Amino acid sequence: MELVCPAGNLPSLKAAVDNGADSVYVGFKDDTNARHFAGLNFTERTFGKAVDYAHDHGRKLFVAINTYPQPAGFERWLRAVDRAADYGVDALILADPGVMDYAAERWPDLRLHLSVQGSVTTAAGIRFFHEQFGIRRVVLPRVLSVKQVEQVIKDSPVPVETFGFGSLCVMVEGRCLLSSYCTGRSPNTYGACSPASHVRWEETADGGTDTRLGGVLIDHFGKDEKAGYPTICKGRFAVGDHTYYAIEEPTSLNTLEILPRLQAIGVSAIKVEGRQRSPAYVAQATAVMRAAIDACMRDPGSYAPEDAWMRQLGALSEGAQTTLGAYHRPWQ
Amino acid sequence: MKLSLGPIHYFWEREQVVDFYRAAADSPVDIVYLGEVICAKRRLVSPEDWLDIGRELQAAGKEVVLSTLTLIEAASEASAVKRLCENDAFPVEANDYSAIQFLSSAGRPFVTGPSVNIYNGRALALLARLGLKRWVLPVELGLDTLADLQQERPAGVETEVFACGRLPLAYSARCYTARSENLPKDDCRYKCIDYPDGRLLKTREGKDFLVLNGIQTLSAPTHVALEHYARLKALGVDVLRISPQAEHTMDVLALFDAARAGGDLLKLGSELLKLLPGEACNGYLEAAAGMDHGHPHAA
Repeated sequence: MELVCPAGNLPSLKAAVDNGADSVYVGFKDDTNARHFAGLNFTERTFGKAVDYAHDHGRKLFVAINTYPQPAGFERWLRAVDRAADYGVDALILADPGVMDYAAERWPDLRLHLSVQGSVTTAAGIRFFHEQFGIRRVVLPRVLSVKQVEQVIKDSPVPVETFGFGSLCVMVEGRCLLSSYCTGRSPNTYGACSPASHVRWEETADGGTDTRLGGVLIDHFGKDEKAGYPTICKGRFAVGDHTYYAIEEPTSLNTLEILPRLQAIGVSAIKVEGRQRSPAYVAQATAVMRAAIDACMRDPGSYAPEDAWMRQLGALSEGAQTTLGAYHRPWQ
Repeated sequence: MKLSLGPIHYFWEREQVVDFYRAAADSPVDIVYLGEVICAKRRLVSPEDWLDIGRELQAAGKEVVLSTLTLIEAASEASAVKRLCENDAFPVEANDYSAIQFLSSAGRPFVTGPSVNIYNGRALALLARLGLKRWVLPVELGLDTLADLQQERPAGVETEVFACGRLPLAYSARCYTARSENLPKDDCRYKCIDYPDGRLLKTREGKDFLVLNGIQTLSAPTHVALEHYARLKALGVDVLRISPQAEHTMDVLALFDAARAGGDLLKLGSELLKLLPGEACNGYLEAAAGMDHGHPHAA
């Protein structure tokens, strides 16, 4: 299983490579990718260095161009494709069929991966992108149980990459408009969920904190609670007589426990989420996942996640807790 | 412009579904989309029932389209969508790429629903080459983008706009209605049946925010494009979609029909507000937050 790690800047990229990532994925400094945050991502200058660093160390570099361009600005996505291709990257991670159509026509030899933002959950859907554009890998949304992933792999014409660790989207990626409903900006159109420009933290009379997105109260934290970033799917709301995490608790995905199972069903690559996170996060998450995958591949039968790994990943997680998410049927 | 009834998002009693489409047969609607698009466990109306309902609507002069499941997870669900795509009675609205693959590889013309991401002309052109006959604008896209897309629209492709209904915002593996009842998805006891317009989710300061409908999340306010009728017409939109709500859907249709007969849009718009299951919104049309609500800018 290939280990695919995130990098939002050059120090993170080096951390990923130095700690054992087989591949690193990055984005350009604009809205062509789904982690479009201030101070993040690669300019022309740093991008060249990123490609060189990865290749000098025998690793692969992927570029995510995985938002959905509208007619105004469409050219920017095509130039992003050209720039990545010119630098000799190892694969593009694309979501939009229009961008993919261009990339397949203009750069027929370049490897294309279908991004998780492509929102494809079945072998038939994968076949569409394989037949139309010759994609060579698909990243599956985090909405399938292990059994369902196994079924998709069995019938898929291309290898499958799944998420192994990181922040958890609980809605099928590429078709979630919760953020744009409150802000006018979605991962699809703008490349960010809960953009910082629309987030407000307000102290309340009880000494606690209200967190808001586009003015909507996402959660209230008491004086002694640690306030989380206002993401709609991780907020507390009232349904009927109860106020609770109606969609999901602040938590991260962690698949260490099921790595042998993922290997056995034929997952080809494991992805770590978090291009928006620090170089320290990338270093630790990469190191743990590297050790775990190596142990699992050496001897899946006797593999068990080490306590230290679980602790380290727990410390890197949202709300310091982790879940198997949709992989584990009862979670659903 | 033609008027359509989108697929019913919610889980209704079989009788309510049958009555709804009996009323639709006598309504001014032109196109009716039929089928379960949210949860494969909802089987009060069987595939055969849907075909029967379709034939009755067709006999009443309506164009009938069968809609596919939006988020497919199990292989059994993919097989059911494949069978639906192979039906020889009605054309199909594809709500994901599995259905697009089944339809395009069989050389069958198709429609795409609002959850298929067509954001630019190149994507539209590609799908048109593969048999796309009508597409629904993704709900988060505004009228300026629609105007650009209309310029690039291939010949023979109709454009449909989601014009009235709670906005479909997200789909998940998790069932939020079951979760709200403290039940696991695999033992959901079909609780969705208790919430024919979805289960309301409020913020902690009491604002109606979203509604939960099984694995789907929708806006609590109803998105309304009636006051934008003139602009939509000027943009060459072919079809306006009304998304079924538990009550008053036929009255909503009648107001859109009055708009197409030249009625006063502001007056019809204010009448429409009385028929909705909550507040109204229309921000997406102006490329703003979807929850915003304002009057249209002068065209």
